[in-house]
Amino acid sequence: MIAQLIRAAAPKPRGAVVALAANDEMQLITIAPAAARARGVPRLVRRASGPLLLLLLWHVLSVTGLLPDTVLAGPATVLSSTAELLASGELQAAIWTSLYRALTGLLIGGSVGVALATISGLFRLGEDLVDAVMQMLRTVPSIALIPLLIIWFGIGEAPKIALIALATAFPLYINVYAGIRNVDVTLVEAGRTLGLSQAGLIRHVVLPGALPNALVGLRYSLAVAWLALVFGEQINATAGIGYLMSNAREFFQTQVIVVCLVVYALLGITVDLIVRVLERTLLSWRPAFSGT
Amino acid sequence: MATSLQRDLIDPVVPPGPGGTGAVAAGRSTAVRVRNLRRTFGAQRVLAGLDLDIAPGEFVVLLGASGCGKSTLLRILADLDHDFAGEVVVPARRAVAFQAPRLLPWKSVWRNVVLGLPGAPDRAVAMAALEEVNLAHRADQWPKVLSGGEAQRASLARALVRQPDLLLLDEPFAALDALTRIKAQDLVAELWQRHGCAVLLVTHDVEEAVLLADRILVMHNGQIAHAMRVDLVRPRQRSSVSFVALRRQLLEWLGVVH
Repeated sequence: MIAQLIRAAAPKPRGAVVALAANDEMQLITIAPAAARARGVPRLVRRASGPLLLLLLWHVLSVTGLLPDTVLAGPATVLSSTAELLASGELQAAIWTSLYRALTGLLIGGSVGVALATISGLFRLGEDLVDAVMQMLRTVPSIALIPLLIIWFGIGEAPKIALIALATAFPLYINVYAGIRNVDVTLVEAGRTLGLSQAGLIRHVVLPGALPNALVGLRYSLAVAWLALVFGEQINATAGIGYLMSNAREFFQTQVIVVCLVVYALLGITVDLIVRVLERTLLSWRPAFSGT
Repeated sequence: MATSLQRDLIDPVVPPGPGGTGAVAAGRSTAVRVRNLRRTFGAQRVLAGLDLDIAPGEFVVLLGASGCGKSTLLRILADLDHDFAGEVVVPARRAVAFQAPRLLPWKSVWRNVVLGLPGAPDRAVAMAALEEVNLAHRADQWPKVLSGGEAQRASLARALVRQPDLLLLDEPFAALDALTRIKAQDLVAELWQRHGCAVLLVTHDVEEAVLLADRILVMHNGQIAHAMRVDLVRPRQRSSVSFVALRRQLLEWLGVVH
């Protein structure tokens, strides 16, 4: 082999280890392209198999009676219970009530958060007035305000929506504020040399530059909106998914509780998907999204 | 005081504090007039009593080692740095192309070109400017998908669409590869001849200076240390004897060869 020829021509190496290496046969390996490597079970099936196995285990445990219905209802019971709740229209009504609360709260809290962030991000006076207050209030867990909210707003819809609004305002505030403050200074300078006015700079450079952060803030806000919803609906609810759950608790209907948990999860996933679509559309200028 | 006509043409960049003198009488024979310009960063004196005149339509190249203050001077002329002392008079209509193209990534190429122009964005105006830099086919793309050379050409189109009386170029070719740089330099020479605006190009590329300049200034210690008029016929040949001689002279002034 050529390699051996070269080695023979090279000066004689000294030392046992090196000499041994020189005597070795050169080993060749074949590097397969990616297409040839992907064999066996498709990725999707492999990823799905974990949750499916868990589901199967859950089913087996409840059928054999190792997992009593009073602790956790089995998948079959949960499925039939879902069908019942849908047929009676209870589940749909509960979903709409909860969705309405979450989105109204988010709309109010989000608007306030974005407005305050814009004020403190753009103006130094605004920052001095608003930011310290917001950073201080941010450290108070909004859930801890429930007693106060009940005293202020009673036990109707208002305290639930107020709780969600309070919880969602802060993630949006923090991210929009950071987004405005992190706008590339060189772009602001370029805008200035192009003759943009202060208002033009804000409209064409600062706000679009803060948009990626704002969308991150929106996703955080949505996540805490569900959390606040779950907590809010535990207090004296007469409608909504939380009401369905606390009712089920009274009658030890674990299957209904599981249905409600699944609904909470599905709502969360759906809204997250909507934000992803929003990101793809609004941030299509970013190279990461240009391929879609 | 300047007459009203001159006021339209000339826009004095006035420093804050006692250095400011307000509107300055300036004839049409100067596009840029800088007198006793001083700028310090902390204890460091970056510009130390610098004087500079640029005639309308003149192509001036400012050479100097890194950190000699040439970019600081350009930023002051671009009205981006106000913490200076001295007298600075520049045309009201001026445009800047930076080392990085600085296109807004969330606006398409053509919208970037006409950004900041009065009135609604006019696509026809943008297309005409992009045509000039051979970039019309990229008008609807996002800036992030352009190559380095294309983005720099878009930045040039954005500067020229403003019909500037003074074009400030801050090492616009420094980040380009060697082949793209040669093309971009030829393009700038061609655009300058067509538009007839005064140009101040800041660079540390000696060959680029000899290729493009009417006059080359070498900065050292915050002042213009050397000046050279370049009378070679255009387009200039990089390999001609006189070109090489000028290049060698500049390298001597810069302290690279002795």
